[in-house]
Amino acid sequence: MKVIERKKLWFSLSIAIIVVGLIMGMIQGFNLGIDFTGGTMMQINLGKRVSVDEIRNIISKFDLKADILHVGEEKHEIIIKTKKDLNNNQRQEIFKVFKEKYNLKDEDLRQAEQFGPSIGKEIQKKALLSIAIAALGMLIYITFRFEFKFGVSAIITLLHDIFVVLAIYAIFRIPINSSFIAAMLTIVGYSINDTIVVFDRIRENIKFMKKKNYDDIVDASVNQTLTRSINTSLTTLITITALYILGVESIKEFALPLIAGTITGTYSSIFIASPIWTSWKNWEVRKGRYNAS
Amino acid sequence: MKIKNAIVLLLIIAIVATGAIAGINGFEIGNFKIRPIKQMLKLGLDLKGGVFVVLEAQTDATGEELDKIMNQTKEVIERRVNAMGLAEPNVMREGDKRIRIELPGVKNAQEAIDAVGKTAQLQFMNYKGEVILTGDQVKDAKVVFEKNRGNIPSVSLEFNSEGAKKFQIATREAASKPKGSSERIIAIVLDDEIISAPAVNNEIPNGRAVIQGNFTLEEASQLAALIRGGALPVNLIEVQTSVIGPTLGMDSLNKSIKAAAIGIALVFIFMLIYYRVPGFIASIALIIYILIVLWILIGFGAVLTLPGVAGMILSIGMAVDANVIIFERIKEEIRNGKSLRASVNSGFSKALTTILDSNVTTLIAGVVLYQFGSGPIKGFAVTLMIGVAASMFTAVIITKTLLKIFMNMNVFNNTKLYGA
Repeated sequence: MKVIERKKLWFSLSIAIIVVGLIMGMIQGFNLGIDFTGGTMMQINLGKRVSVDEIRNIISKFDLKADILHVGEEKHEIIIKTKKDLNNNQRQEIFKVFKEKYNLKDEDLRQAEQFGPSIGKEIQKKALLSIAIAALGMLIYITFRFEFKFGVSAIITLLHDIFVVLAIYAIFRIPINSSFIAAMLTIVGYSINDTIVVFDRIRENIKFMKKKNYDDIVDASVNQTLTRSINTSLTTLITITALYILGVESIKEFALPLIAGTITGTYSSIFIASPIWTSWKNWEVRKGRYNAS
Repeated sequence: MKIKNAIVLLLIIAIVATGAIAGINGFEIGNFKIRPIKQMLKLGLDLKGGVFVVLEAQTDATGEELDKIMNQTKEVIERRVNAMGLAEPNVMREGDKRIRIELPGVKNAQEAIDAVGKTAQLQFMNYKGEVILTGDQVKDAKVVFEKNRGNIPSVSLEFNSEGAKKFQIATREAASKPKGSSERIIAIVLDDEIISAPAVNNEIPNGRAVIQGNFTLEEASQLAALIRGGALPVNLIEVQTSVIGPTLGMDSLNKSIKAAAIGIALVFIFMLIYYRVPGFIASIALIIYILIVLWILIGFGAVLTLPGVAGMILSIGMAVDANVIIFERIKEEIRNGKSLRASVNSGFSKALTTILDSNVTTLIAGVVLYQFGSGPIKGFAVTLMIGVAASMFTAVIITKTLLKIFMNMNVFNNTKLYGA
């Protein structure tokens, strides 16, 4: 497979996805979960399928602007999400109405959550800070074990993955909540691991193929590690997909970005990380030549 | 050599199988008992159901003063929570000003929050609204049934010596006022709300008082528990609550276990078909990996939450990576015309630096996230680090040992069996 030859194609593809995602995110806004905006979520088992309109009717007397969705295997359950920060008393009142109308038991309130508005910003800030410091730590390690250019390329690839997954969140309107951070962190771990394996091969091949140019070395290295990249992402995808298909609602929200992240991480380790490094190396060679002449 | 290696291999398989079965069903020989892993792992509220509340202190205090207030608050809340008689409640500080209270098994969030988060500022006030004494001076509070009031539950209080003295002076003064005048009243105020306002007839020297009201038994016991538990030094507001019904919790756990089982089985099948003999070895290594991770989690007393379970199931897919790197290298060496033995040796040593470098970078991320992250991020970091360390160990030690045993058996020496 010729990777380097078509690097402009790979770069444009990634940039396109990121730009489309971010523009969509800016136009329609990201679907921020209640953990970030503050608000309330209630999940109620109604024992039968009830239309969204009927539920909207019931809660309209509480003056709620709510998102309503059906969940569960037979869609007997509903999730009501409001941006309004309802306290426990108010939630109990709402549930009481449902309880009477549909003859429910206490256990049918499957879950309820409430977040004050300030919590999300804090989590966000800490997560961003820790990702930044982690990136710096990895940059130092890679510089020490490989070279600075590998380190920078790996970090750019990491940012690429984060932005692509963010774009996917925007495009598919996946709610950004606290599991979003866990998903992002998993992707960071996966992506860097995957990238290093390819870089490791390049480092090894440079020793043996001194006379060849960087493009050839990278192409050979990517091809040598290709089976491994695909197989590992396959086994990883197998387990997350099982989780996505069999999991409960909150796990599905978590598994979907992970599936996207795994695919992105594999893609970027092949098509983004090494081409960045090669471009830099080649640019340096050209620059050196001009300087010399 | 052949037979000895076959025996060792069978022994290893038997041990791993026993470990796996013991993990699933528990294990018992005589007095030696191991419970199933599922029961030994501490489950988070999202997996077993319950209520958690995060309360934030309304205070401008900082530094040591804040620290003192928060620790006092935590103590008071702990006392109140313990009075609820739950199985494994958990009260912890979160960040600077917050306290997180986890109440497994509780269904009604409101009752729990009321019981835990009430400021419980108990005050005795005279007719001028002056505070005579406060809840700190109460030594004990309990429910009593007063016969002359038709056995309606009341709360009887016993003051400490300082409180008793103050109460004696105040009652003496009140009793000296004209009969029927409002000046005789000493009001009992809880959180700025008058709960009873009895008129004093005589001086009370023994340091005892009774709060009368139209309490149900439950209300009276709750009030007594609140007063006993002491007042919170600061006002708290609820910033986050979560109620997970017990059925949803079990549902999540069972579905996750099912997903894990199917995921693992599919990974086994994939590895067996693609890598044959090494695939079989990787499957054994994977079982060992899972057992190691679970036991370390149990050892650390880690609390398993839903994202944690998801992370672990994901890590099972990723854990074969080190094996895949090794096997691909061995295949390459075989293709380059080396003998099987030489291929395994050189493939292994070449794979080692790759595994090391790729995992150390992930470990760095784990360490940083643990240091700077909070709450769920910290938990995630721990699982990540354990996973990486365990997968390196199993890939380097277990896979290598098993590969050598297979080669020494001289039965599986066709390179085709190695996926080449």
